[in-house]
Amino acid sequence: MSDTTLPLSSGGTSEPLRFHVAEEPHPPNGTLLGFWLYLMSDCLIFACLFAAYGVLGREYAGGPTGTQVLELPTVALNTTMLLLSSITYGFAVLEMQRNRQKPMMVWLAVTGLLGAAFVALELTEFAHLIADGNGPQRSAFLSSFFALVGTHGLHVTCGIIWLIVLMVQVKQKGLILANKRRLMCLSMFWHFLDVIWVGVFSFVYLMGVLP
Amino acid sequence: MSTPSDLSTLIFGRLTLDQLPLHVPIVLATFAVVAIAGIALLGVITYYRLWGYLWREWFTSIDHKKIGIMYIVLGLVMLLRGFADALMMRAQQAISFGHSLGYLPPEHYNQIFTAHGVIMIFFVAMPLITGLMNFVMPLQIGARDVAFPFLNNFSFWMTVSGAVLVMLSLFVGEFARTGWLAYPPLSDIVASPDAGVDYYIWALQIAGVGTLLSGINLLTTIIKMRAPGMTLMRMPIFTWTALCTNVLIVAAFPVLTAVLALLALDRYVGTNFFTTVLGGNAMMYVNLIWIWGHPEVYILILPCFGIYSEVTSTFCRKRLFGYASMVYATVVITVLSYLVWLHHFFTMGSGASVNSFFGITTMIISIPTGAKIFNWLFTMYRGRIRLEVPMLWTIGFMLTFVIGGMTGVLLAVPPADFSLHNSLFLIAHFHNVIIGGVVFGLFAGINYWFPKAFGFRLDPFWGKCSFWFWLVGFWVAFMPLYQLGMMGVTRRLSHFENSSLQVWFVIAAFGAFLILLGIVSMLIQFWVSFRRREALRDVTGDPWDGRTLEWSTSSPPPQYNFAFTPLVHGQEAWWEMKRHGYRRPVTGFVPLHMPKNTGAGVILAGLSLVFGFAMIWYMWPLAAISFVALLATAIGHTFNYLRDYHLPAAEVARVEAARTALLDSHV
Repeated sequence: MSDTTLPLSSGGTSEPLRFHVAEEPHPPNGTLLGFWLYLMSDCLIFACLFAAYGVLGREYAGGPTGTQVLELPTVALNTTMLLLSSITYGFAVLEMQRNRQKPMMVWLAVTGLLGAAFVALELTEFAHLIADGNGPQRSAFLSSFFALVGTHGLHVTCGIIWLIVLMVQVKQKGLILANKRRLMCLSMFWHFLDVIWVGVFSFVYLMGVLP
Repeated sequence: MSTPSDLSTLIFGRLTLDQLPLHVPIVLATFAVVAIAGIALLGVITYYRLWGYLWREWFTSIDHKKIGIMYIVLGLVMLLRGFADALMMRAQQAISFGHSLGYLPPEHYNQIFTAHGVIMIFFVAMPLITGLMNFVMPLQIGARDVAFPFLNNFSFWMTVSGAVLVMLSLFVGEFARTGWLAYPPLSDIVASPDAGVDYYIWALQIAGVGTLLSGINLLTTIIKMRAPGMTLMRMPIFTWTALCTNVLIVAAFPVLTAVLALLALDRYVGTNFFTTVLGGNAMMYVNLIWIWGHPEVYILILPCFGIYSEVTSTFCRKRLFGYASMVYATVVITVLSYLVWLHHFFTMGSGASVNSFFGITTMIISIPTGAKIFNWLFTMYRGRIRLEVPMLWTIGFMLTFVIGGMTGVLLAVPPADFSLHNSLFLIAHFHNVIIGGVVFGLFAGINYWFPKAFGFRLDPFWGKCSFWFWLVGFWVAFMPLYQLGMMGVTRRLSHFENSSLQVWFVIAAFGAFLILLGIVSMLIQFWVSFRRREALRDVTGDPWDGRTLEWSTSSPPPQYNFAFTPLVHGQEAWWEMKRHGYRRPVTGFVPLHMPKNTGAGVILAGLSLVFGFAMIWYMWPLAAISFVALLATAIGHTFNYLRDYHLPAAEVARVEAARTALLDSHV
């Protein structure tokens, strides 16, 4: 490292070194970085669930296989809604950047509704499976299926609750800096869940119905 | 005994009066001691009217220094519990031969070795490490606090809640009997139907939230809040190791969370992740938990390497030899720690090529570690070594840890591991590196930074007693275990038939007794130092002639750490300042932006504790209520936007003037 041996003052003739700053410096806000780090740690939880599904996904234990229980048309609809909700959240962020609170709230509401529809469809799928005796207890395949898809659904549910809370807070305080920061965090969370879902859709559903 | 009614089952779940250990004299006596001590402590606090002070100044504090100190107090208290378990095991194994069955029944013994491991790793080593990082790191980088001060307080209290759950298991129900990693199928609902494993799961999950959040917090702090001029390659080595450790925490603890959640699903919902029927795979648990577990070892040791680096360079009065190589070695260890997990179970039978891969990666880790040892030795070479207590711990570490590292390389050879797997040789090895590396480092760090935290040094006489008892005690306690392991004795046994082994266990028990004297000496050291605090007072803020920024402020530091944010020009910021005849500014103070205290962390962690307890005992209504309350409190807290304030310049001026007066009176 060159800077480890650098002489500290250039010859000692110029002005003396200063060892503190007179003004209070403002370190950059770390919230977005911190939230990124959280998302990456959350990503690892999903990585474990994907790994579990990778190990156990073909352990049917005499029970149904993926081809028998996974309904691609429902999931296609589901996926469409979640992907659309990411776009609508993007529109909300655009409005936020223009400081237009009302259209932003409308896009947020649309996002929330799409998310709720996604969760509702997923719960219907789960209810059907359990009613047919294909609950998570049936086989290791179904255990890992429910854990992975269910954890994602739980995240979306948390996202919806967060969305509602944020809409109340924006209503109360307006588009202040703190609220904008929170909206950006939720935006990252929401898109993150979309990315995870692309993995779930490909890895669990598309590959699951292969013979 | 009457069958519990439906109502009491609904409310209390499976918790009945039978779960209280009224029939186990050892536990009852322990309970009596703990209860008397607890009531005495509460009485003292009440008598001196300290509750308000503790609540305002400590429990709700978001000051990283106070949170760091609270972490360390938690770690030291839990050390006493974990060490009591160790003494009980050593005593049992020293007498339980042939016809003598010892004094502990097997199911009790099994809980003790499980609790010992869990407590020592999660509730002693982790809080002490996190506490030191919390206290020291922001001071070293010239910051006012961490990036997320409230989260810091919340993380601490979550760790406390986990510790409280483990302690509760001693008196309400039982703890896991599975060993510290709770492998299934032993830990599944069929083999362990009681509440022990559930205590284990919920204690670790709750504490794990705290650990993960504190990892994110400290990482963000190091990346975003360094003083101007402090580039990455100018950070003190302790901060570097803290950076790497927190990377490991963020990248490893989610795996633990996931695998424990899956185990919980198996136990609560009846899924088949790790069962022996319906397609489950228990080895997946072992793989996943070691993917967390091996990085965890480095989470513990890396900050201690940082402590040794700071101590060596300070007490040899030399710039650290090979700073850049130290940084690169740390980073290489960080990466490699993810590539070795399988060496914990070579006997799983993954085949020769897989075992060779993990054997070789394991051996490779010893290269950067060896580089570090040489760096410390070369720092000492021709240095003016002052044998103060932190330096003694460091030298003790170098002699001890190297042996532990070498037995580790022995175990990394798969064919050798097949005969040594789960033997006492392994036990001796990991105690060799954890005591010789982590514990010695923590004690070096506590002795080194204590004057910074409290304004007076620790008494060196009792510190040296503690060091020598620990060092000799460690060698006497664990060398017999190497020998026994070579003879084929396996771990976790409460009884032996072959009485020719007894002499080794008696020697080991004597070693444990010596370590007890070491711990007692340390407690005496704290007490004596407190009594002699005026004689040991550190007025300058720089008692060891230190080199990094934490020594540039007063001892203890003011709540804002630095009246003016330091401007860094080189690697050893404070050393350079001293060399250039730096004069403290005494005028021109500005208002400082500070975070506000809050009780939300205590409340949230308390609710988590209730929720965990309710889940352990199947108290579903209470679990639901506490969960909703938890959620509501968390959401409610986000409606509080007024989380900081400005400390007026006049207040800063007052504190700094007091320091000026103090410094002038001691010239």
